[in-house]
Amino acid sequence: MGAASSKARGATDDPAWAKILLIGAVFVFLALVLILPLVAVFAEALRKGLDAAILAARQPDALAAVKLTLLTAAIAVPFNAVFGLCAAWAIAKHDFRGKALLITLIDLPFSVSPVVAGLIYVLIFGLQGWFGEWLLDNDIRIIFAVPGIVLATVFVTFPFVARELIPLMQEQGTSEEEAAISMGASGLYTFWRVTAPNVRWGLLYGVLLCNARAMGEFGAVSVVSGHIRGLTNTMPLHVEILYNEYDFVGAFAVAALLCLLAVVTLVLKTALEIAQPDVRGRRGH
Amino acid sequence: MSVIPLGDRDVAPLAPRCWRFWTLDDDQTMTADTADQRPPVQTVRKPFFRKRSAIPGFGLTMGVTLTILSLLVLIPLSAVVLKAAQQSPAEFWAVATSERAMAAYRLSFGAAFVAAAINGVFGVLTAWVLVRYEFPLKTLVNALVDLPFALPTAVAGIALATLYAPTGWVGQFLTPLGIKAAYNPVGVVIALIFIGLPFVVRTVEPVLRDAAADVEEAAASLGASRIQTIARIILPALGPAWLTGFAMAFARGVGEYGSVIFIAGNMPYRSEIAPLLIIIQLEQFEYTRAATIAVVMLAVSFLMLLIINAIQAWARRFD
Amino acid sequence: MTIAIRSVEKQFGRYPALNKVDLEIADGELLALLGPSGSGKTTLLRTIAGLEFPDAGQVLFDGQDVTYASAAARRVGFVFQQYALFKHMTVAKNIAFGLDVRKGKDKPSKAEIARRVEELLKLVELEGLGGRYPSQLSGGQRQRVALSRALAVQPSVLLLDEPFGALDATVRKSLRRELRRVHDATGVTTIFVTHDQEEALELADRVAILNNGRIEQIGTPDQVHDAPETAFVCGFVGEANRFDGQVSGGRFNAGALTVPASALKDGAATAYVRPHDFALDEAGFEVLIERAQVQGALTAVTALTSDGRRLEISASRADADRFTGAVKIVARKAHVYAA
Repeated sequence: MGAASSKARGATDDPAWAKILLIGAVFVFLALVLILPLVAVFAEALRKGLDAAILAARQPDALAAVKLTLLTAAIAVPFNAVFGLCAAWAIAKHDFRGKALLITLIDLPFSVSPVVAGLIYVLIFGLQGWFGEWLLDNDIRIIFAVPGIVLATVFVTFPFVARELIPLMQEQGTSEEEAAISMGASGLYTFWRVTAPNVRWGLLYGVLLCNARAMGEFGAVSVVSGHIRGLTNTMPLHVEILYNEYDFVGAFAVAALLCLLAVVTLVLKTALEIAQPDVRGRRGH
Repeated sequence: MSVIPLGDRDVAPLAPRCWRFWTLDDDQTMTADTADQRPPVQTVRKPFFRKRSAIPGFGLTMGVTLTILSLLVLIPLSAVVLKAAQQSPAEFWAVATSERAMAAYRLSFGAAFVAAAINGVFGVLTAWVLVRYEFPLKTLVNALVDLPFALPTAVAGIALATLYAPTGWVGQFLTPLGIKAAYNPVGVVIALIFIGLPFVVRTVEPVLRDAAADVEEAAASLGASRIQTIARIILPALGPAWLTGFAMAFARGVGEYGSVIFIAGNMPYRSEIAPLLIIIQLEQFEYTRAATIAVVMLAVSFLMLLIINAIQAWARRFD
Repeated sequence: MTIAIRSVEKQFGRYPALNKVDLEIADGELLALLGPSGSGKTTLLRTIAGLEFPDAGQVLFDGQDVTYASAAARRVGFVFQQYALFKHMTVAKNIAFGLDVRKGKDKPSKAEIARRVEELLKLVELEGLGGRYPSQLSGGQRQRVALSRALAVQPSVLLLDEPFGALDATVRKSLRRELRRVHDATGVTTIFVTHDQEEALELADRVAILNNGRIEQIGTPDQVHDAPETAFVCGFVGEANRFDGQVSGGRFNAGALTVPASALKDGAATAYVRPHDFALDEAGFEVLIERAQVQGALTAVTALTSDGRRLEISASRADADRFTGAVKIVARKAHVYAA
């Protein structure tokens, strides 16, 4: 309604002073809560200059943490993508009893505290857990080792892709698949040639968010990791150790790397939303 | 000639089940004899679990989904309940309601509630401004709202602790006012505001965007002032989405760990959150105690899920 | 209340939605704004309501300038195409809204509001449904609630934007009569927008036909149908066969058709002949009957002229048998416009 004459204000338009006041309030609030923390990370990392920050980020322990974080994400994200596609196909393209319950159960890890997520695997695979003795006898380490970290990461990122694909595929309905199948296409062919092209951007969107969380997870991983430097420390855990040792430049240098990851994620996400407006998440994560 | 698969079960014959009760014209009256000569029609049982569908792959994908869900989520979650059940109900109750635990719940729930309430106000405001107004840097602001989804919680934690510490950029202005933000319950609230903000914004925003302008115009043409229209038409229409966002921010805040521990100070009975208490018990090899507190928190998670689903079912009534 | 629109102009970007529109509406009149989509009819209605504001020109209510008065100040009743009911309020609360938001001594007492709501529910035949939510009503019922909500504020003028557009054909017809009844019972000046000529001709006292942001003609349904002033009106209102031809010496000629056109200068012109204005006549031109089908009381005929034009002819049912093979017809009446 921008065309409304300056002489009168439309029924859905607010006065200019109200707009300025509200926009100003939002800017102040977001600055205090979101922008300043982001700026603070880089400022603290560069407190002793760029060289010190780069040096800190290139410590062997820090590099080991980066490697472990990438490895964990490289396992957890594809796993959850495949799971999400399976779940979305079963849920969105078919009708069955208990569908709402199943969706709620898939969503469950979102509402479980990350610390509880770590604890459950300790109770199963830990020394005193269900399989503790058997694992010890066979010299398999899950807790305080990489498999535990991957498991905990999979748990906390479990719903991301499914959550994105289910509403998207439900909205798209089943008529295109039915048309393909009525013309004799196989199920797999239909999936690749009809469904996949329709959901690829939604899948990418879910993968993006899943990856950010997988690389950044702290609580769940903290419980199962054992914090062994150079071995079971992911980047967020390494940040904690350095911070608690008062190595602030080191802590914030690694944190700045994670900030860059967040910024890249947000840029890609925004670009995706602008290019493909219908992938925009239907609810928060 | 190839047979087109119509699903992974046999197709029900398309036969009416109650043909005996058809009304017939007088000259066509069917005797019982002729009726019995018709071939018997087999009644096919209505599928109990799944409605018939032409799209294949249900068995496979459903099997994979349920297997992974059970192995990774449901069975491990039951482990914590079983562990807690190793003690007697009285023991369970004593641990679950110990003074230190109660203090931790009070902080976790209280801070999560206050943070969700603050986000309830500023989240709606942010969503309103993003949907209704045009202003510079709007795309940037819109992207930034999702920062808490993308930024690792530990990074947020050390950044907020540094900012709101007594000597920090923001903290130095709060100290003269007598406000101790970091290393205090206030710090917990600040961290949970950060964590919860996008939940409220992103649940309210689509509802606000889809809200038809004609409803506001209707209110205005009926003589309502702008304030009356906002208070009596727009905000009530946002109600269910707002409650959902509030409940999601609250649920996330109750369980949050990474961003909080750096800024909380972690003093038992004072600034120790419930998830931290679980970790402390775990480090002391008190697995049953850890599981007990975890069960309490799980129960709250389930409750929140039920509440969120109930809100959404209630909201659907008005559509 | 009388309403006057004085050379109102409105642009959307570079596209003129209203182009010097003038319109006078008498007190108690039921007026239809008829036109194709994009003709500016909804913009004109919203301008009268105060939901849009003109770039130039004036809107007068009873001689008072309200051009830039807000919608809230005008006391108009507006019925939206998609009803725009408040979903979270009951039917009764929806209807009472306009009275509820009043302040101070203008606000009626609770009992008065309740009485008024009951009265309106009765007027639109929805007694007993005051406690329902809009989601529990059918489309036709929602439209009635929207109508009674607009009437609750005792508006000086009732404005309806495609009021029956979202309804199916049967509900449409009954609601049409209902609107006429409500209008006659309340006497409120009423303007409604429609793209359906049948609706406009059946319901309205006068019809204003819009095209490209201009009013092409204003008149009673009979006038616009029988004496269309422009080629657009002739083509838009009612069915017509179109002939492109020439006027020379006061007669219009297009192939075999020749009709008087004494008012026009020589040159290119277009003639429209309504299907029922053709008649069998040995003095006329010859056509070949393609198809003659009885439809209720009438016979719908398709015929080919010798120069290959296809004509639609409407005759009485009794004449169905006479439309076979080659017959001779005349145009009893034609509307001819200079091209």
